[in-house]
Amino acid sequence: MTNSENLIALLVAAPLLGAVVLLCGGRRLDRSGHWIGTLFAAASFVVGAVLFVDMLGKGADERAMHQSLYDWIPVEGFQADVAFQLDQLSMTFVLLITGVGSLIHVYSIGYMEHDERRRRFFGYLNLFLAAMLLLVLADNYLLLYVGWEGVGLASYLLIGFWQHKPSAATAAKKAFLVNRVGDMGLSIAIMLMFTTFGTFTFGPVLEATGETSEGTLTAIGLLLLLAACGKSAQVPLQSWLGDAMEGPTPVSALIHAATMVTAGVYLITRSGAIFNAAPDAQLAVAVVGAVTLIFGAIVGCAKDDIKKALAGSTMSQIGYMILAAGLGPIGYAFAIMHLVTHGFFKAGLFLGAGSVMHGMNDEVDMRKYGGLRKYMPITFVTFGLGYLAIIGFPGLSGFFSKDKIIEAAFAKGGTEGWILGCTALLGAAITAYYMTRVMLLTFFGEKRWQPAPDPDKAPSVEPGIEVHPGEMPHPHESPKSMTIPMVVLAFGSVFAGGLFSLNDSFVNWLKPVTEFEHGHPPISATVITSATVVALVIGLGIAYVQYGRRPVPTLAPRGSLLTRAARRDLLQDDFNHVVLVRGGEHLTRSLVYVDHTLVDGVVNGTAASFGGLSGRLRKLQNGYARTYAVSMFGGTAVLIAATLLMRAV
Amino acid sequence: MSFPLLTVTAALPAIGAIATAAVPAAGRTAAKWLALLFSLGTLVLAAVVLVRFEPGGDRYQLTESHAWIKDFGVRYELGVDGIGVALLALTALLIPFVILAGWHDADPSPASAGDTPVETKKYRWRPTQGFFALILAVEAMVILSFEATDVFLFYILFEAMLIPMYFLIGGFGDRAHAGSDENASAQRSYAAVKFLLYNLVGGLIMLAAVIGLYVVAGSFSLNEIAEARAAGTLDMATNTERLLFLGFFFAFAVKAPLWPLHTWLPNAMGEATAPVAVLITAVVDKVGTFAMLRYCLQLFPEASKWATPVILVLALISIVYGALLAVGQRDIKRLVAYASISHFGFIILGIFAMTSQGQSGATLYMVNHGISTAALMLVAGFLISRRGSRLIADYGGVQKVAPVLAGTFLIGGLATLSLPGLAPFVSEFLVLVGTFARYPVAGIIATFGIVLAALYTLVLYQRTMTGPVKAEVRGMPDLKVRELAVVAPLIALLLFLGVFPKPLTDIVNPAVEHTMSDVQKKDPKPEVEAAK
Repeated sequence: MTNSENLIALLVAAPLLGAVVLLCGGRRLDRSGHWIGTLFAAASFVVGAVLFVDMLGKGADERAMHQSLYDWIPVEGFQADVAFQLDQLSMTFVLLITGVGSLIHVYSIGYMEHDERRRRFFGYLNLFLAAMLLLVLADNYLLLYVGWEGVGLASYLLIGFWQHKPSAATAAKKAFLVNRVGDMGLSIAIMLMFTTFGTFTFGPVLEATGETSEGTLTAIGLLLLLAACGKSAQVPLQSWLGDAMEGPTPVSALIHAATMVTAGVYLITRSGAIFNAAPDAQLAVAVVGAVTLIFGAIVGCAKDDIKKALAGSTMSQIGYMILAAGLGPIGYAFAIMHLVTHGFFKAGLFLGAGSVMHGMNDEVDMRKYGGLRKYMPITFVTFGLGYLAIIGFPGLSGFFSKDKIIEAAFAKGGTEGWILGCTALLGAAITAYYMTRVMLLTFFGEKRWQPAPDPDKAPSVEPGIEVHPGEMPHPHESPKSMTIPMVVLAFGSVFAGGLFSLNDSFVNWLKPVTEFEHGHPPISATVITSATVVALVIGLGIAYVQYGRRPVPTLAPRGSLLTRAARRDLLQDDFNHVVLVRGGEHLTRSLVYVDHTLVDGVVNGTAASFGGLSGRLRKLQNGYARTYAVSMFGGTAVLIAATLLMRAV
Repeated sequence: MSFPLLTVTAALPAIGAIATAAVPAAGRTAAKWLALLFSLGTLVLAAVVLVRFEPGGDRYQLTESHAWIKDFGVRYELGVDGIGVALLALTALLIPFVILAGWHDADPSPASAGDTPVETKKYRWRPTQGFFALILAVEAMVILSFEATDVFLFYILFEAMLIPMYFLIGGFGDRAHAGSDENASAQRSYAAVKFLLYNLVGGLIMLAAVIGLYVVAGSFSLNEIAEARAAGTLDMATNTERLLFLGFFFAFAVKAPLWPLHTWLPNAMGEATAPVAVLITAVVDKVGTFAMLRYCLQLFPEASKWATPVILVLALISIVYGALLAVGQRDIKRLVAYASISHFGFIILGIFAMTSQGQSGATLYMVNHGISTAALMLVAGFLISRRGSRLIADYGGVQKVAPVLAGTFLIGGLATLSLPGLAPFVSEFLVLVGTFARYPVAGIIATFGIVLAALYTLVLYQRTMTGPVKAEVRGMPDLKVRELAVVAPLIALLLFLGVFPKPLTDIVNPAVEHTMSDVQKKDPKPEVEAAK
């Protein structure tokens, strides 16, 4: 089958067409829009599956496919094509994006049932998938950049979907802006590639890394890292992720599991050859990952908002992936493996959280949950399996993928290896702690339910769902369209990791693209695995003592200094506000003043000193302006004529 | 003699202007339709020019040449290269939308239309007819200035287009004004005269340089001078060349406008009606940047290279400064004006980076900026006409009541921030790459512009369109058919040129090659290749 590569464009085209149909279709599609959107997403998944089967039928080194559509920007010396590349790495992402993405579409049918703008919501979801698919399928950095910013646009539209809430509009804007800072990195990286290699197509660039200096490669690597930090919410560009919870819950699932935040991991893994040749940049990647994995975990411990706790967890888990990607060939495959397993359990956890909120009048404060396991059994079981997977319970998905990353971190060697390895271990303990806390607060213990707040006073209530002030919540299981995707994802959370590890099948699958070396940790793998399990037990135990054995107050206690800081995202927003927002406001305000008085004044003044213009400018106000201008013009004409006459004489 | 296509293309809107102005007072609507018809006819002619033009052929095509003022060697010489064709097409394309968008802008004001038949009493000069005639007059002169290959002819047009522009700004202000009528009229006059004086001063300095050029070269013909320069028969003293260059450049930098000569633009764009603001920034200002490429680089290549460092710095200041000021604006139209200043910085940066990518990018940028600013500004105009205020703070929650208006406004905004997939991205990235290839630091500084552009655009969108619906906005109707007919084609074009810019680059590239050889510059080689 040589023609299968012609199908690649269809992967992107299907959801893109869906978005166009839904966004331009108008009201007449209101009743069927969600089905159309789901259909296009599923169609893309089917195409992906067909291509996957086709790929499996080929030898490991012949699997990469290429489809060239047209020359995008034909300018002298500048080669920018619209062309796709589908290899094992892209394929993995395609299946994750379209698979989990389609499940989230199905879930949203139920979740957004009462929202009058549901059609538009599905249009944006389709757009999100299309942009993300373009990102992972592009065969060059510039086309990747199109998908990269497309993802930014889609997330902007979805985070701010409930635009009438000022908080949602602000969060959307913030996400786009922080991402743009990262985009600047990508954009400069592409320019540097162009001046260094004369191209920004993956193949030629990644093959030519030996022909340039390490300094240039380090610069490109660091710029790519900046870009990855923006999309993947890594320190220091992580601040948008928590606020992004303003979007409807399925959006969070989409952003955190299947799309968007995984883009940074993709970018670094894809650019592996650059990082392998630039050890300093590679170390920087690992350090950013390690810092973020602790940062996110700490934030996750302190949040009472279930979605924000999960957001902290995402940041931390992506930190694991970035850390692994920063380890080089011993880590790339595990970064992607964790990315896929995380895709299953994090999507499941978010959808579960949405299901809980659905049943609890859209309450998000976990201190006002409690004892829900009896009322929402399916949600409880699926969420519980996702929970066990993320903390790395032996045998479940997260165990396999996270354990490998910790091992690889130790295998980095030297002091660095020990530091990174221990950080990853510590992260595992904290993960077990905060996730157990979420689990206990939500499904176990006393009922701490509160009457529904007045929607006018509590703008956080998601609209579209009828909430009567003062009414007690009646938790109930969600409809099938919501629970089925959760069940499917739970299966993935349980089995994916084990399946991938069977005969190292996942590593072997990716090997032709990402290279792979076996890491040799200074201590035996068994010891590391045991340490991981011990870390898990410690974290779980502490959480149990704090939240399982003691009654939980519905109002958060004041907490230690660290807790309070963590509730405020470790003060990053405060820093941004004081330095960037306030500082920026002062700067623009004074510039407006300067422009009005100084620049304008000086230019006018200079002119005045030549021709007495300022006196005339003042006179303009008197209504003779028009006559005056005409006479001025007449003057010019005379001047021209005079000069020409002079010339002729 | 072949058919004088270029003359006819420029003459048609001029005839249209006269015809429209001649329509009697009662025929207001007829005058509008007449103007629209003439602008559409011009568009058809522009399309013919586009088809007849062969990208790979001679540098100047469809040429015409007639003696005009024999004694001074002034000739009526026309011809277009790829850059001229692209801008000619842009102008012809935008004018019908400008006319359609300004359909009611020159109607007698509803406040005074109450009791007496207004036309007979107050408006002896038939404002509606005048408004549309002036727009067509501007179109004619702008088109001819893109076609002229005689320096003196160009100069005359460069100056003459100020007259109709002056009346358009001063005579037909934006009705949405915070102050009293009297105050509004005073500010309008101020803006109009400021526009006129700034450009006139620039023009006078240019006039001196034009005459100086004639003294040195003995001709006004662009081709003759350029050929003589290339053949080495015309040698200019270094200082003479520099002085002449500065004279030309100053005039173009006022019109473009380049920091610090930009302050007339926010006043003019703020006070004029939205369609006239589009005419200023999307059409007339392009003559300035176009002339930098054609006249400065071609006539004074050495001086251009000499001045490059300073011009690049000014362009960078324009980019960052314009964007920062846009962030600080409270008036929607002034915000767009400052955004334009930032964008003009990009165009000038691309021109003087002197790389193929930079100059192709700059030319594309002129076209794309014209379309994107037109989309954003015209929708802003529709918005402003509904609420009667230009202040951002007077809006909020429009998205809820007028989703189509908000959606098109967002797309216009996204084009302004150069989102990939829309046309401005292609040109902006080309300018950045082209600049970076020769001046990495300048390229990096300019890249900050993309973050700031996101800031001012999204802040504008958030404050006007999102949030709770303001009481004054509640009854706001969504876009009407006429308005949609203005916006939809512009958006379609932005998408098309963003995804498939090839038709445009094919026309522009050969012209840029000529310009590059004028200044005798070669693109820097990639490091890897250079090392071999």
